[in-house]
Amino acid sequence: MAKQRVMVIGGGLAGLAATMKLAELGIAVDMMSLVPVKRSHSVCAQGGINSVNDLTRQQGDTEWQHFDDTVYGGDFLQHQPPVKEMADWGPKIIDLMDRLGVPFNRTQEGFLDRRRFGGTLYKRTAFAGATTGQQLLYALDEQVRRWESAGLVRKFEYWDFLGPVLDGDGVCRGALGQDLVSMEIRSFPADAVVVASGGCGLIYGRSTMSMVCTGSAVSRCFKAGAKYGNGEFIQVHPTAIPGADKLRLMSESARGEGGRVWVPRKPQDQRDAKSIPESERYYFLEDRYPKYGNLVPRDIATREIFDICVNEGLSVERDRQCVYLDLTHISKRELDRKLGGILDIYEKFQGVDPRTTPMKIFPAVHYSMGGLWVDYQRTAAGGLQIGSPKTHVTNVPGLYAIGECDYQYHGANRLGANSLLSCIFTGLVVAPAIETLLKNNKKAAADLDASLFESARRDKQREHDALLRRTGGGENPYVIHQELGDIMTRAATVVRRNAQLDAAYDKVCELEARAAKCSLSDSGNWTNQNVVFTRALIDMFPIAKTILKGARMRDESRGAHFKPDFSMPGLKATDPAERRREAEAWCDQFEANTNKWLKSTISTLKGTEPEITYEDVDTSIIPPRPRLYGLVGAELIEEVWKNRLAAKKPLAASA
Amino acid sequence: MAASHDHSHGHSNGNGHANGHSDGHADSNGHGKPDSFEVRILRQDGPGQASYWERHRVAYEPDMNVISVLQRIASKAKTVDNEQVAPVAWECNCLEEVCGACTMVINGRVRQSCSALVDRLLTDNPGEIELQPMTKFPVVRDLVVDRSRIFRALQRVQAWVPVEGYYDMGAGPRQSQEQQEQSYPLSECMSCGCCLEACPQYLKVEIAREEGETDEQFAERKKAAYDKNFVGAHAISQAMLFNSHPTGRMNAGERTDALMGEGGLQICGNAQNCVAVCPKHIPLTTSIARAGRATTVRMIQRWFDK
Repeated sequence: MAKQRVMVIGGGLAGLAATMKLAELGIAVDMMSLVPVKRSHSVCAQGGINSVNDLTRQQGDTEWQHFDDTVYGGDFLQHQPPVKEMADWGPKIIDLMDRLGVPFNRTQEGFLDRRRFGGTLYKRTAFAGATTGQQLLYALDEQVRRWESAGLVRKFEYWDFLGPVLDGDGVCRGALGQDLVSMEIRSFPADAVVVASGGCGLIYGRSTMSMVCTGSAVSRCFKAGAKYGNGEFIQVHPTAIPGADKLRLMSESARGEGGRVWVPRKPQDQRDAKSIPESERYYFLEDRYPKYGNLVPRDIATREIFDICVNEGLSVERDRQCVYLDLTHISKRELDRKLGGILDIYEKFQGVDPRTTPMKIFPAVHYSMGGLWVDYQRTAAGGLQIGSPKTHVTNVPGLYAIGECDYQYHGANRLGANSLLSCIFTGLVVAPAIETLLKNNKKAAADLDASLFESARRDKQREHDALLRRTGGGENPYVIHQELGDIMTRAATVVRRNAQLDAAYDKVCELEARAAKCSLSDSGNWTNQNVVFTRALIDMFPIAKTILKGARMRDESRGAHFKPDFSMPGLKATDPAERRREAEAWCDQFEANTNKWLKSTISTLKGTEPEITYEDVDTSIIPPRPRLYGLVGAELIEEVWKNRLAAKKPLAASA
Repeated sequence: MAASHDHSHGHSNGNGHANGHSDGHADSNGHGKPDSFEVRILRQDGPGQASYWERHRVAYEPDMNVISVLQRIASKAKTVDNEQVAPVAWECNCLEEVCGACTMVINGRVRQSCSALVDRLLTDNPGEIELQPMTKFPVVRDLVVDRSRIFRALQRVQAWVPVEGYYDMGAGPRQSQEQQEQSYPLSECMSCGCCLEACPQYLKVEIAREEGETDEQFAERKKAAYDKNFVGAHAISQAMLFNSHPTGRMNAGERTDALMGEGGLQICGNAQNCVAVCPKHIPLTTSIARAGRATTVRMIQRWFDK
């Protein structure tokens, strides 16, 4: 049998972790990436990476608590076994990254320093200044370079993934790619293909994501028959710096290190921020969420900032929406040591020093919780069966998905500093899964009939040639992209309403038809960025429609998906008996809603239309409970809910 | 008001991400900003071909950087003379100066185009912005250059911690705050190539593809040529980063040897341009000085070992 190889699409944290681990297992890997892997989007992650640690353990923290925070923060919309396994691996992954030379910040004694992030009460987050993603990525990039030097890894950088090669039985046998310099299209036989291509923020035009985050690689798998899960769950980060080309992230670590969010009580107070006295400032997050303060989960912080500007009219500026994020009460030395990187970004792009002047920020699209549907095998103890070939395989055999582009770990809302963990974790666990797959493989992809690969290649070549031959005077892809971004941003971010979603869907379908008539301003066959962008734009539509349709059909509020017309307000009554009755009714409604909507949205592409079905979620380890951050009457609802759960337990045990 | 409606690609006011400025006319913003400005770009259609200047006119908008300028040019793809041209090719990714992709020479200075703000460029040089590809790397097309030599240099100096494997072996070595504060800045190097562009000793190595050569053969020939030439400040600094790591130190000798070979540290002419242009303010000359001491010690060591 010829030597088996694995193709990894994307060289961010997930792709590099998978490659490094596969190489350690003696498996040859090809990597395909739009950019040199060291320039992948993971470098933009700032704040840190979570795990329980020696210090938090002594405060009562455990892997279980991290698991619980993650599923509660995600509003229970994730299968629990993979999440439990990830939380269990957390400390080990940080130890590994520490050994690989990541310059994590240190305590005076030389241990790893930690900071607090949103959605938890523990200081779980290890960090390397405010460029943790960059530092983690570099450590993995270095290890992969080491394997490249040893000859076990080949890199195809500046290559665009055009889709998987499927055989007659629908099994993935390789990948198609195009060299972005010579424009050559090639078929790569592979015994497994791992998609690690990240998020799809560019569907929203401007976001905190990098320019390669078009979602095109995922869309091409979706078009080939892979299922897409929970598309409508898009995280809008509460704090970003508005910009003409990009909305640059201002890390949650700014709040983790004590940053306070506020607006002047007087609308559009023209005074210099520093001269506004404490009594005339409204610290609305601290006021509305005394327990978590500025560190409520992201979906909640985002909605509150949106609410204060849009509904209460308290935006700092008159003609653009923003609130203050204030660090000026913290010493400059402390800020430089822990947040230097992100403060430099603010200063560089805004021309204002955030050490002395409060920053102006507003929410921006940041992360896709949804992604390619992937499988797992559960152990009796409720964890992941490591080495099972089912781990992270899509519904297309041989095609795997890891990192931000899978739908698995973050449910309806991701907690800060959990993404870096899930990326590295999924990379590390997919490797032994593929090792098993390869061991059981009877025939290497390289031994298959060459015509399979050649005919797949020819199909792509024909599509490419047809695009190049389009006549001039048609639609402009850059303009269509901007219109798509505007529609998606208006209809499917912080607040969602059915009428708007319906209208947006129609408009997106119109745009899709127009995109099919785009003409190119470059018809050459050398470094043609125009054709690559146009193709990526065309492939945004299946995912955009999946997001809109999933959001339209989900008539509830859950995590990042907020529909005011279907959300459950807090308690109103003041009379204790009446208030209890209200709490009981609230819990009845919650239960009914859970039965109806605690399901993953699964999208399959039929022609050009996504077809939506629903999948039950494995919540067998931690039973779902109401997510009550800051709700009026939370204590009483919680009490009623606990009583109900206690009453149910014996029944469940005897059943 | 005599309004012009030439703002079709300018603004989007989605869900509050609006940049809030209604338009970019000098008469409306009152800060003496121009209606538009000219961008002069040094273009080249492919390797080995002649380069040529091309002029584009871009409507002024507030908060622009060179990336948004190039986006407008790509969208319009017409020169000042209203000639339809292929869009200018350039590289970019993160747009927040952490990935290193968008490096080019802007108004004569090598830097990232994302952090090159138009307002400042126009203040320094009113009316026009000039863009050129980096000159120390072979041009692929327009502003895109082949920087694979930068990554090859990282292989040459073994810029990694040689751990035995990726199974759980407990925590890494304990390190002082001081040590972290020394290594973190070196570890911020994004392999952008600014230090190399500015270095008088770093000379362009351009290998033309030969007839009938496979991708692999061509790549091998390129690597061999790179390995004979100057390794560059960034790689010297990375060698020092890993030589100071408690585990990395265990094969410090091999890294130092690499710096003593052909195209190694001895090529450095101490012009100190590298440190002046580094966008991350990495103390490159400190690393070079440390490397100098390390190679001297290594040389004496080798002499005694004979």
